[in-house]
Amino acid sequence: MSTINLRVNGTAHTVNVEPSTPLLYILRNDLGLQGPRFGCGLGQCGACTVIINGVATRSCVTPTSSVRGEITTLEGLSTGGILHPIQQAWIEEQVPQCGFCQNGQIMTAKALLDKNPNPTDAQIREGMARTLCRCMTFYRVQQAIKRVAKAVA
Amino acid sequence: MTSFTGIPKYIEDLLAEQSRGTSRRDFLKVSGALAVTFGAVAVASPLRALAQTAGPYPDPDFRQLDSWIVIHQDNTATFYVGKTDCGQGTGTAFRQMMADELDLDYDKTTCIMGSTDNTVDQGGSGGSDAIQVDAWPMRRVAAEARRVLLEMASQQLGVPVAQLAVAAGVISVASDHSKRVTYGQLIGGKRFNVALTGANIDATTGVAKIKSVQDLKIVGQSPQRYDIPAKVDGSLKWAVDVKLPGMVHARNIKPPFAGAKLVSVDESSVRGLPGFVKVVSKGNYLAVVCEREEQAVNAARQLKATWQKPATAPFPASEDLFAYMRNQTATSTANPIVVGNPDDAFAAAATSGKVIDAQYDIPFQGHTAFGPAHATADPSNGQMTVYSNDMKSYGMRAGVAQFLGMPRQNVRVVWMEGPQGYGRTAADDAGFEAAYLAKEIGRPVRVQWMRNEETAWDTKAPAFTVGLRGALDAQGNLVAFDYDARACDLNHVGYNEPETVLIAQLMGIRKEKPSAGSSAVPNEMYAIPSRRMRASVVGLPMVWETPLRTGNLRDPNGEQSTFASESFMDELAAAAKADPVAFRMKLLTASTADDSGFKRARSIAVVKAAVEAYGWDARPSPKGRASGNILTGRGIAYAFRSQTVVAQIAEVEVNRTTGRVWVKRLVCAHDCGLVINPEGLRRTLEGGMLYALSRAIHEEVQFDTEKVTSVDWLSSPSLTHMDVPERIDVVIVNGDPNPKRSDLPPYGAGETVCKPTLAAVGNAIFDATGVRLRRVPFRAARVLAALKAADVQRTSG
Repeated sequence: MSTINLRVNGTAHTVNVEPSTPLLYILRNDLGLQGPRFGCGLGQCGACTVIINGVATRSCVTPTSSVRGEITTLEGLSTGGILHPIQQAWIEEQVPQCGFCQNGQIMTAKALLDKNPNPTDAQIREGMARTLCRCMTFYRVQQAIKRVAKAVA
Repeated sequence: MTSFTGIPKYIEDLLAEQSRGTSRRDFLKVSGALAVTFGAVAVASPLRALAQTAGPYPDPDFRQLDSWIVIHQDNTATFYVGKTDCGQGTGTAFRQMMADELDLDYDKTTCIMGSTDNTVDQGGSGGSDAIQVDAWPMRRVAAEARRVLLEMASQQLGVPVAQLAVAAGVISVASDHSKRVTYGQLIGGKRFNVALTGANIDATTGVAKIKSVQDLKIVGQSPQRYDIPAKVDGSLKWAVDVKLPGMVHARNIKPPFAGAKLVSVDESSVRGLPGFVKVVSKGNYLAVVCEREEQAVNAARQLKATWQKPATAPFPASEDLFAYMRNQTATSTANPIVVGNPDDAFAAAATSGKVIDAQYDIPFQGHTAFGPAHATADPSNGQMTVYSNDMKSYGMRAGVAQFLGMPRQNVRVVWMEGPQGYGRTAADDAGFEAAYLAKEIGRPVRVQWMRNEETAWDTKAPAFTVGLRGALDAQGNLVAFDYDARACDLNHVGYNEPETVLIAQLMGIRKEKPSAGSSAVPNEMYAIPSRRMRASVVGLPMVWETPLRTGNLRDPNGEQSTFASESFMDELAAAAKADPVAFRMKLLTASTADDSGFKRARSIAVVKAAVEAYGWDARPSPKGRASGNILTGRGIAYAFRSQTVVAQIAEVEVNRTTGRVWVKRLVCAHDCGLVINPEGLRRTLEGGMLYALSRAIHEEVQFDTEKVTSVDWLSSPSLTHMDVPERIDVVIVNGDPNPKRSDLPPYGAGETVCKPTLAAVGNAIFDATGVRLRRVPFRAARVLAALKAADVQRTSG
């Protein structure tokens, strides 16, 4: 066991865990941040996505001890009770079906749009390619991303 | 506490709280409209119910109006319904329908669903019947509540009911609107104490009549789904998020080979690991329990167990499956459907027309839920509470009680949201496992499957092999049609039976006989003079404890049967050198006989609507050789399910060099009768079509003769953002031939939409390339091999 310091959504936390423990379990079970979810534990689906230093990161395959820098989870996107424009677009577009994957969709879209506020259709597809959804809300996810991009442009 | 007379205790307590004067905010917390935080841990609102009701949990009485509707002092209402929402927005639709009958604004209502002690048993989800079947009693009880409120207002205002007007929960005297009283003032926080009648829940009714369709105001609008904000801001607490004091974590260890027998377990291999609690095993079921989740994951990997392989192979390898299925003796065959005289018709066509044969194959396709199976069970107070995303929570409650040998009333299932069901949670293995382990350990247990377990061991849609024969006369008319399907579906599971959930099978529990399973014939309205349709079931050598368990997957057999029949219909059109739409329209219009739901007339309307929306270019397929690397084409397919009719057109691009198929455009025309929420329906149809597209181009369960080898998203690929069409058009036809009828019923919409997609895509590929693909999925390698075999790969002018 080791003591590890984490900074999540602007708050500092200290946890005492096995250093190799995937970050996902710490976020969900110790810090009560359950926006990221377990989907595959293999970094293949995106359910567990958080943003670390601006990069969409699969927390299910990220050892907690390896994390350097600020972590943002889905819970950290809104500020002062105001939803992030991406979240707002997700509601306007009525994107989710079951919604279980949407943490991955939203967090991956956030990292994508932060880097490239006005992506082409091809850039959206490529940027989102590894973020899966079994209700197949992809079409609406892409519409929502375009909606945000349009609002920014 | 007030006397308990068969309405849920939860509602009883809630009314008691309100009569003591509780604020709306507190009420909403209790009613589950908000996720609440108490103590240090944010928990889902159903946990609030736990704190209040320690059991037992008798069945709520569906013949009490108070079991369905509670009106609050602030003139809002909560509806309690026995359904679960798999993400298609049925809860929003229920609120619309009930608010409409009650004459209350939509945003003054909330809806509680699916927890077995709080809501009457409407069966949860299944069969796309939420709106088609289960919304009727909801509408009737809401209409009855309105009637009772009008009578109360009549008494209070001293005016006959006939002289009263109702709007937005306010009853006023029609001639003097200053004389008014609200629902909340009349009954807020109090019981109706009104008995309902009906032989069963579906038939539940009061005295009041429901409104005619023309008088519905909220139905037909598209309020946004109430569950979406909490799904995008991270505040929703899902079944995976449940945390209870003293809770431990479990992981299963599945047999490494299908049919393997657990010989011994070396507990010393994990005893010293941090957080170790216990190894639990019975028969071939094996699990390890630890204090923390990652500890359980690790312990399950470390645990040493000895397994013995079965003496004979449990199943053929996936590449040999269809040959195996064709050579097996059927375990059951439904009575063939015979029309006219197929034998004579085929004989005549053999001399004067054309007879065409084809064989279509559809492999096992898995549910592969986005989140693996999970549940948390709490054995406190001598009761058993299971927190679960089970779409059939009521069935699981009964099944778990039987499995554990507990009285029904000591078991409840608290339904919470989860990853898409589409049938997987109708055989909810994890709920039974959590309950079993919680009883063994005496502490709350959370169990979750790992990805490889879920993909390999979840329930599968049955594989099909379908033999088809068609006869065209000299003029190219389809005069005889023969369809002979074999589904690999023996011992189909899917109803939370305590004998067939996986943990029971692994423990050695057996039903006297495996369930017969089912096959399917196509559903269309084609008038063909002679036809014969047969549907049989075959089994694999290993019937129990197999990872190739079949279950209900989003129209259990419809994708398979429609892929075969609607692809073959295209082959016949091509053989007749007819436009695929014209060929079908001729068959649809060759009869004027219709059913009571006007399915023929609506089929014709739906096909026409799809053709118009797409801008169909009438000509025979294939399109003919084109130059360039990308070949394009379009294909149509149509089907119905129950009374819902759907036609789809796919436009594809086939890459001649790589074999990759991209569906560039999808058009769907859909008629499910009365539409409750058009925007919600649109998204359900888009998702359903893309889901079927995934089955068309990606999905297949692969296995060798020992085990399933599809174990993750690389070995079991699914649709991605890269595959999404550039454009999707959904046309909601709602085409009853009598648009003025006041009783237009709503039909189901969750599954029919999945049926035609596979054939529409296959037909488009044929149109583009001239190559007929008779087996899904149309993965690039398979398409490329077929193009090579047909010499289409080379670019030609």
